[in-house]
Amino acid sequence: MSVLIALIAVAVAGWLFRFIGQRLTGKPYFRDMPYAVAFGFALAVALIGAGVWLYLQPAMNDQGVPRASVMFFHWAVHFFAVSAVAAFLFRLLGRLVGTQGSRKLFRQMPLTAAYGILVVAIYAFVAIFAAVLAPHGQEEVFAAANVVPGGNPAMGGNPDFPLGTDQIGRDILSRLIYGAQNTVGIAFATTVLAFVLGASLGFLAATLRGWVDQVLSRAVDVLMAIPSLIFSLLLITVASAWVSGAGLTAAMVVIIAVIDATRVFRLSRAVGMNIVVMDYIEAARLRGEGLGYLIFREILPNATAPLLAEFGLRFCFVFLTISALSFLGLGIQPPLADWGTMVKDLSAFINYAAFAPQVASAPLLAAGAIALLTVAVNFVVDWMLHRSSGLRE
Amino acid sequence: MPPVLKIILQRLALGLLTLFIVSIVIFTAVNMLPGDFAQAILGQSATPEAIAAIRRDLGLDQPPVTRYFVWLGDMLQGNLGVSYAQLNFQSNMGGANLKTVADQIAPRFGNTMFLAGVTAAIAVPFAVTLGVLAALYRNSVFDKAVNISTLTSISSPEFFLAYILILFLAVLNPILPAISNVYQGIAFQDRLMATLLPALTLTLVVTAHMMRMTRAAIINLLASPYIEMARLKGVSPLRVIVKHALPNALAPIINVVALNLAYLITGVVVVEVVFVYPGIGQLFVDAVKNRDIPVVQACCLIFAGAYILLNLAADVLSILTNPRLRHPK
Repeated sequence: MSVLIALIAVAVAGWLFRFIGQRLTGKPYFRDMPYAVAFGFALAVALIGAGVWLYLQPAMNDQGVPRASVMFFHWAVHFFAVSAVAAFLFRLLGRLVGTQGSRKLFRQMPLTAAYGILVVAIYAFVAIFAAVLAPHGQEEVFAAANVVPGGNPAMGGNPDFPLGTDQIGRDILSRLIYGAQNTVGIAFATTVLAFVLGASLGFLAATLRGWVDQVLSRAVDVLMAIPSLIFSLLLITVASAWVSGAGLTAAMVVIIAVIDATRVFRLSRAVGMNIVVMDYIEAARLRGEGLGYLIFREILPNATAPLLAEFGLRFCFVFLTISALSFLGLGIQPPLADWGTMVKDLSAFINYAAFAPQVASAPLLAAGAIALLTVAVNFVVDWMLHRSSGLRE
Repeated sequence: MPPVLKIILQRLALGLLTLFIVSIVIFTAVNMLPGDFAQAILGQSATPEAIAAIRRDLGLDQPPVTRYFVWLGDMLQGNLGVSYAQLNFQSNMGGANLKTVADQIAPRFGNTMFLAGVTAAIAVPFAVTLGVLAALYRNSVFDKAVNISTLTSISSPEFFLAYILILFLAVLNPILPAISNVYQGIAFQDRLMATLLPALTLTLVVTAHMMRMTRAAIINLLASPYIEMARLKGVSPLRVIVKHALPNALAPIINVVALNLAYLITGVVVVEVVFVYPGIGQLFVDAVKNRDIPVVQACCLIFAGAYILLNLAADVLSILTNPRLRHPK
């Protein structure tokens, strides 16, 4: 009900804004303004006003009990502010430092793409140096289980565990850091495997044509007719009869790589088909070059641009699939720290959000870590596609 | 026979063929498992004679090709077999009437369809409206905000969106239930309330793709001469898009809507687990964990069938909306 009243107020304010603008200034900008635009302005002002009002609310009420909505809003605003400033500074740095080419690249870059590159770089750094950065081991179990995040002993925290410990006493911060290594590393390896498999078979089909192409393409058609998450779950059921623990994780990597290789195959075959008809391929064939030379020295270098963009997108899909499987308890197996499993294990804490916002933040941090990386990669890929297609609209 | 009918029949035959091959793939995958049904019910300590007897009774001693056709015939008649978990229960507890896989799946299938239906009813109008508005105000702040937020929502994992929604709509502001308690004979209104939160999560997942496609398809057309003509005639920008551009952009939009519905049918798995929604997806995950092969097989076939059917529908609808494809030269 209150939402409806607020909307009507905004609608009236938008009309008034345009009306006053027309009467006071008489400028054609206000005369030609459609009502929807005026409404948009009023709505934006109302939203920003409500945001500022919420932000200025005290985070504790009179009894010293935290007000969860306000605290979450504070965290979100701080996160966005820090992200925006970091992306801006990073782009500024890129514009000032580096070679001629890289500086030009950064000058044309939108802020979202700069942010994406920055986030990917940070994740890569954390993943590589996880063992140095993490305060504790990923499998280390401490006596203090269910320590509240925040490190404030008065609120049930412990300065040794800044993000608290989980239900069996493992340090959440360390597991988040190791999760970067495990989750991202395994997803990356899977994507690379899918690309090696899919691209070489795709180029092979494009070069040889004939029955090889037919057999491979029809096989891929059949595999693509089954939805990928369902098919990987079916194959994992089969694999789980033979292997368990680390073996099941390896089996999952192979299964997802094969399923995703079908998508890579489609693309690389289509790209390869367009390259194979070029004169330089004909020349190489007449020179008597072998199949391997044709594929890796002639076709591959000319197909890198679309394959690179596809690699980014494919990585996102693989990463999300592995996270989803881990969340269902069928992906990366314990004791390896992994974000999907962490979300599942810690998810019950969300129910305490109303009176203990810190407690609820642990599962959201793990899930947010997954979301942030895919969003960042998507920002970069979006920009790359936009640039390479020359789309200006 | 009119050419349209012929094309549709061709596609239909192709779809059936795909389904047939997919069923072979599923059957082969499951038959790679070590041990079989007989061992699964009798356990490790079974005598070879007992195992052989059960194998003979169930036809497991037949060659795989024969077994495949028997299985396929059963599937076509809706006889999906008996779940291992139920069988174990019966042999241990001595229950009289077995629940077949079909009995287990039927109510859950209805629930999943209801969830997908509610999601589609919210997501499709929402996405198309957003797409039209983004095309109308292209390159404005509104367009960029919609673009970034949909890109963010499509690249987040489903469980992240689900928990964010739970946090804000169920825990901090208790408007909707965090757990979808759907039972038999539930009133429609309660069922809708219980389904709304999972449906909203799925809406966030599928909207981005549909909205982006709507926007791109419309913007693609805006450079054509007949749009220029309409504009010069003095038609308002909204009318240009809704009356002139949208009908011609319908084919790609319908296509992407159908593909996203196909995604919905299969993407429900994670969301159903988060909200403990009693649908097929949850049954499937439980069956995978317990290695309950008949249930896994049946669920797989249903998901694959729905996926193929909706892809087929996308194909046929895009032919029907495009006169150039309807009358091929």
